[in-house]
Amino acid sequence: MIVKDIICDDFELACGYGGIDKMVNGVYLCDLLSFVISHAKSGNVWITIQTHINIVAVAVLTGISCIIIPESESIQNDTIEKANKENIPIFKYNGSSYDAAIKLYEMMK
Amino acid sequence: MKVYYDLHIHSALSPCADDDMTPNNIINMALLKGLDVIAVTDHNTTKNIKTIYELGEAKGIKIIPGIEVQTKEEVHLLCYFYNLKECLAFGDIVYKNLPNIKNNIRIFGRQLVMDINDDIVFEENKLLLVSSNLTINDIFNLVGKKGAVVPAHVDRSSYSIIYNLGFIPYIKNLKAIEISNYIDKESFLKVNKDLTKYKIIISSDAHHLGRISERINSIECNDFNNILEWLST
Repeated sequence: MIVKDIICDDFELACGYGGIDKMVNGVYLCDLLSFVISHAKSGNVWITIQTHINIVAVAVLTGISCIIIPESESIQNDTIEKANKENIPIFKYNGSSYDAAIKLYEMMK
Repeated sequence: MKVYYDLHIHSALSPCADDDMTPNNIINMALLKGLDVIAVTDHNTTKNIKTIYELGEAKGIKIIPGIEVQTKEEVHLLCYFYNLKECLAFGDIVYKNLPNIKNNIRIFGRQLVMDINDDIVFEENKLLLVSSNLTINDIFNLVGKKGAVVPAHVDRSSYSIIYNLGFIPYIKNLKAIEISNYIDKESFLKVNKDLTKYKIIISSDAHHLGRISERINSIECNDFNNILEWLST
């Protein structure tokens, strides 16, 4: 499965289109960036409520393939700019992290 | 007397700060801006503080030794010390409690330790923009009577004690909070009435030279040590 396969009505791609051909491998949920740095795996889809610019840096550092922001949280402009520059796709999702994880699980089966 | 301050400035040792946030540049800019006292508070390290402190003494501006710690809860706490030695010792403890993650210069920026001539003496390899293994309570206990601890930029949605914990916990020496210099203090306090019980400081969090505060924010005190007393009691 690749990032492009996640694009659908539920998951709206907000930025980072340059990275949609990346392979996807598992999902990781955490809002503490330092925890993500030490625990997320390369290829993971990362679900987080954090929307500041450092999430892009963390994604690049760990090899996370894309980021999903739940609860319709708006993504900061400098984050969008950085995501586009680094080709890190960021999706918006209307429901909770739990719902997003379940949907992804179904997609990845 | 009124002292004009900026108590939250980053040097080139903080990865996100410009490489031209050198000891001389910071002090010269602070003097140009007419500040009486500054604190350079790098992320999780005090390796540039001795140089900046000595330069400050030589050039006639008061430096409060400090550091911005990122706690286990990912909260930024500004820690200020009465004396340089205590600050440096604390900096060592924090550094030892950081995970061993290598810096990635392209993503985070360079982490530069400099001497009194702004020459690079050492490039820090351990990523400083991480959470230490120390909790908010650990930090308050470790600093204790040696200085003051002030939660940084509580108004923001990142690395703020309010955003991350949902509230400010009761801690005996937590008497002051910092808010960002780009928000309106009165409007913020109107919306957050429970925060009026804290002393409020406003600093720049400057990562670039031009962002160091103008001569705007002041504290009333008899001498500079009073500042830390005021912040912690």
